Amino acid sequence: MPMLNFRILSPEHIVDLNKVSDLFGIKENGNHLSIGSMTRQSELLNSPLIRQSSPLISKALGYVGHDQTRNRGTIGGSLCHLDPAAELCIVASAYNAELTVTGKKGDRVIAMSDWPVDFLTPALDHDEILTNIRITPWQGSHGFCFIEFARREGDFAIVAVAVLIEIADHVISKASIALGGVAAGPVRLHDVETLLTGQSPGQELFKEAGQLAKKVDAMSDVNYSTNYRKRLSGALTERALHGAMAQFKGEEEGHE
Amino acid sequence: MGVKYIGAEVQRMEDLRLLKGSGRYVDDITRDRMLHVAFLRSEHAHANIKNIDTENAKNLDGVHGVLTYRDIASSFDLKRMGQLFPAPVIEQNITQYPVANEEVCYVGEIVAVVVAENRAVAEDAVEIINVEYDVMPAIIDCRLALEPNAPKAHNKSKNNLVGVIQTSFGEIDEAFKTADHIFRRSFLQHRGGCHAMECRGVVAEHDASENTLTLWSSTQCPYLVRRSLADYLGENEESIRVIAPDVGGGFGPKAGFYPEEIIVPLLARSFGRPIKWIEDRHEHFVATTTQRDQKWDVEVACNADGLIKGIRGEVTHENGAYVPYGFLLPFTSLTPLPGPYAVPAVDVSLKVVFTNTTPNSPVRGAGRPYAIYAVERLIETISKNLNIDAAEVRRRNFVKEEQMPYATGALLRDGSPVKYDSGNYHSCLEKALVLADHASFKDRQNAARHEGRHIGMGISSYVEDTGLGPYEGTTVRVQPNGKVLVRSGSASQGQGHHTFIAQIVADTLEVGMEDIVFESGDTGKFPHGVGTIGSRIAVNVGPSAYEAANAVKDKAIKLASETLEAAEQDLELSSGNVQVKGVEDLSVSLGDLARTLSPKAGGKVPSGFTPSLEATSYTGSNGSPFASGTNVAEVEVDILTGNVKLINYSVAHDCGTIINPKIVDGQIVGGVVHGIGNALFERMIYSEGGQPLTNTYADYLLPLATEMPNIEIVHEESASPLNVLGIKGAGEGGTIPATAAVVAAVENALEEFNVEIDYYPINPQHLTELIDG
Amino acid sequence: MNSREISLKLNGCEVTATVEPRIHLADFLRHTLGATGTHLGCEHGVCGACTVNVDGDAVRSCLMFAIQVDGKNVTTIEGIANPDKTLHPIQEAFRKHHGLQCGFCTPGMVITLEAFLKNHPNPTEFEIRKAISGNICRCTGYQPIVAAAMEAATNLKNQGQ
Repeated sequence: MPMLNFRILSPEHIVDLNKVSDLFGIKENGNHLSIGSMTRQSELLNSPLIRQSSPLISKALGYVGHDQTRNRGTIGGSLCHLDPAAELCIVASAYNAELTVTGKKGDRVIAMSDWPVDFLTPALDHDEILTNIRITPWQGSHGFCFIEFARREGDFAIVAVAVLIEIADHVISKASIALGGVAAGPVRLHDVETLLTGQSPGQELFKEAGQLAKKVDAMSDVNYSTNYRKRLSGALTERALHGAMAQFKGEEEGHE
Repeated sequence: MGVKYIGAEVQRMEDLRLLKGSGRYVDDITRDRMLHVAFLRSEHAHANIKNIDTENAKNLDGVHGVLTYRDIASSFDLKRMGQLFPAPVIEQNITQYPVANEEVCYVGEIVAVVVAENRAVAEDAVEIINVEYDVMPAIIDCRLALEPNAPKAHNKSKNNLVGVIQTSFGEIDEAFKTADHIFRRSFLQHRGGCHAMECRGVVAEHDASENTLTLWSSTQCPYLVRRSLADYLGENEESIRVIAPDVGGGFGPKAGFYPEEIIVPLLARSFGRPIKWIEDRHEHFVATTTQRDQKWDVEVACNADGLIKGIRGEVTHENGAYVPYGFLLPFTSLTPLPGPYAVPAVDVSLKVVFTNTTPNSPVRGAGRPYAIYAVERLIETISKNLNIDAAEVRRRNFVKEEQMPYATGALLRDGSPVKYDSGNYHSCLEKALVLADHASFKDRQNAARHEGRHIGMGISSYVEDTGLGPYEGTTVRVQPNGKVLVRSGSASQGQGHHTFIAQIVADTLEVGMEDIVFESGDTGKFPHGVGTIGSRIAVNVGPSAYEAANAVKDKAIKLASETLEAAEQDLELSSGNVQVKGVEDLSVSLGDLARTLSPKAGGKVPSGFTPSLEATSYTGSNGSPFASGTNVAEVEVDILTGNVKLINYSVAHDCGTIINPKIVDGQIVGGVVHGIGNALFERMIYSEGGQPLTNTYADYLLPLATEMPNIEIVHEESASPLNVLGIKGAGEGGTIPATAAVVAAVENALEEFNVEIDYYPINPQHLTELIDG
Repeated sequence: MNSREISLKLNGCEVTATVEPRIHLADFLRHTLGATGTHLGCEHGVCGACTVNVDGDAVRSCLMFAIQVDGKNVTTIEGIANPDKTLHPIQEAFRKHHGLQCGFCTPGMVITLEAFLKNHPNPTEFEIRKAISGNICRCTGYQPIVAAAMEAATNLKNQGQ
């Protein structure tokens, strides 16, 4: 809407999906969640099902805009707009989400890793709409954390990171680390994930992980440089790992 | 006189209608058959206009007219706008044409005007106007404006120098020759824009049969608009009425006279229909005046004990493309020097330079924050280099209370000496330090350091010349029904004028606040006014309201003494009546007295009395009352992200006699938050070609509730001897020292990294670069 | 532009109007329906001055089309006061604590807080600051608004609302 108000976009027609009830709602389908693309951010934030099965999403949503924008904003809108630091895109990446799009040629499923094509450009053909997001919550015992650095509450993050670490027998058995604000789409830090897997969580390991995260290829813009984004990537990844461990141990301070 | 209201936290009279959504701001005003205006504004910082094709726009359904400079100038002398504040020091007095004539000099300058049925259609038409530009090089960085190869902001100007001003007193060379130490600092200061939540707007209506113009404008200075428009149009001032309706914030940039305030009334006349133009936020970023850069190169000479002997330096001030407001803004960067300190010699010169950016004019604090910032940085420099506690350096240098009134040595433009009328700077400092728990800070800082956290505390002390003259008049008139009409030349944008002026009148006349009808901001209701700028209203209207109310009181008592056949000294005012002291039954109401003084045909006004129970006063202050105070900021810096978080903020504030503490505290808190915004958030970035890059609220960051600290306030009341009530201005005292306090706190938090901040707003990336060295 | 007819409830009253599809909700409320208490501060969804309540949710009216409230319940500042026309506890608290100066952001603030306090009857000061972080005020510095909201929360609880 801001782009319409600014007259940057002047479409001939706008199709309002708000009355297509099929596109709304969160359903549990066996071991995964099926989320309609028009599901409001506020509904996701307040959903007991999300909070229980994939609390990383609830945590990340606390950073998304403000009450007033979450009441109207949708998960589909966020994924299609594809701001480099969008929280919902980052958690979708962390969960290896599968996006269903529908068009004249029927349905197809796109992996989140294939979703960002360029800045603000998802892999949607011009006659397709995003209809569904499929998330597979982590079943095993795991910790999660979402951290971002933004100048003010609700602002787009400069850099943000989502962490999921599964712990089995005091060892990290699985890790998922997704970084936003460094490229057109969220970046999975596979090398950091590899570094962590099979290791005992601890200060030294997390410091090393942060140093490795700092090496990510990061973009620059008129406000913030490549070096600064790399610095933030390292610092926030290390902090998020600590946060995930604290959360896992039940030590986390309440932060809605 | 019974004092019931003055000094009390009286709830505001303004609030009820605003809370119910019954405010009437300029965009809420509709007139019959009203048409709407949208402007085509220059998208280039500097260009020659080769051709404007308005054919398609004119033919759009719903469009009533599309006009360029040539179209309007064919029937009206569309000359350059007048200089509001002429001064001989302005060497190149270039003001703008209301609609650009051949050359555009900043992004946002008006190039064409569309009049249409509604704003949406008008904007549709704007989109299809075709302008051919010859793009010229633009000068954006004020530091480069005087370089030999600098692009000229104006094709026909000789260079980019608008003028040079100076403040100079004492033996500066001697001071620097004999000092034990000389320290130099250089820094770039960047203050931001207006960003009142309500943008500007004008509605104009021409009454053809009376040949009068009525304007509703979101302005701080309706009288300035009226005078300037009358001068521009060559009309009688009295045939123009300017009304400031409810105004959603002003902060300075709504205090000038704008091209739109000429164009909209001209259109109202030529179209014969009321015309409305409302600025949208996108326009506001480029069409409303702002402040921006000042480069300071300054040095201080001091003794080994930190006692300052002299301050000298050079300043380059970014003016923007035109000079609509004279040198009022840059002058206010020099007048506060040397701040609250007894410095015997000062020599600072300031060059005002053209840039191809939106013209600059005062924004809350005006040039004073720049000046105070510079002085406070020098104080911090002395403290660091001589290893003397920062508070102690201030104590040693402050003007003492016993020295008041203190002539600084500087002269005002009219040749009279600058004098601090009253104040206790030492007391304010101590009060602020106690409020901030400064005594235990070092321990807290060390404890935090052990936890790997970096906290810092910064002090900033200031003075502020308030109450700019010449006056702001008030009429107090008792009506036959007993209600008291108070009319003033002031105009409010939320400062609570109605409330605190009513407090003064209510106390004087012993009536209830609800018995006072207050009108202001309307040139049709009060003959002559100045405007709401520079923390001047309480200082000027307080005394005039007081004097007028007292004159009414005296007249009432005199008449009542005849009516009641009692001696004047046996009479008192009470609950809307004049009564014999202590005898309620022997009374006459103020309303009845008013009725007696305004008889009908055949009646008579009692001999020895002039008609009407009213009085008008233009008494203000006898000079400029100086407000003062000290602020202390406490911050925490995240050295990895460079984020600065405000933990606490303490204010010791002296604005003399306080009429309404709640209103004063509101001004302080709002002002401090604005100053914090300048320190950390508000930045207008331009590309090299002059494109504004931060023109949405996603990019230009205003302070939000979540990042602002709790602000504690303690008051000092050094009554001003310059006016009968002892009042000093309070509108900008929160903003003026805030940036310096925050920057000092950040440097203190990062002491171990030897960080010296040379630019604000502080950007977290830049801070990490300074930390890394 | 093909105009459409919409029906909605505005502050409890049924309203029918014909609107162009491209007009946003704020302009519709202000200029078509004359409910000028809702203000426009930025028209790009950041400042919150345009906040109204749609079906119980605080939303930015500059980011919605007028036709999108067809069949919905809209509450604006003009409808916040109690049915007997006395001020809502939030409005009273704003008065008491000097929570407004120019009044331009105030309708948006009040609507935001009304929705927030309904769902969060026991907020901390920081939670209130977060709740109004989507509403910009240039005048007050927020502190008196927070104080007003804290008192309103207490009074609402006592009222059993």
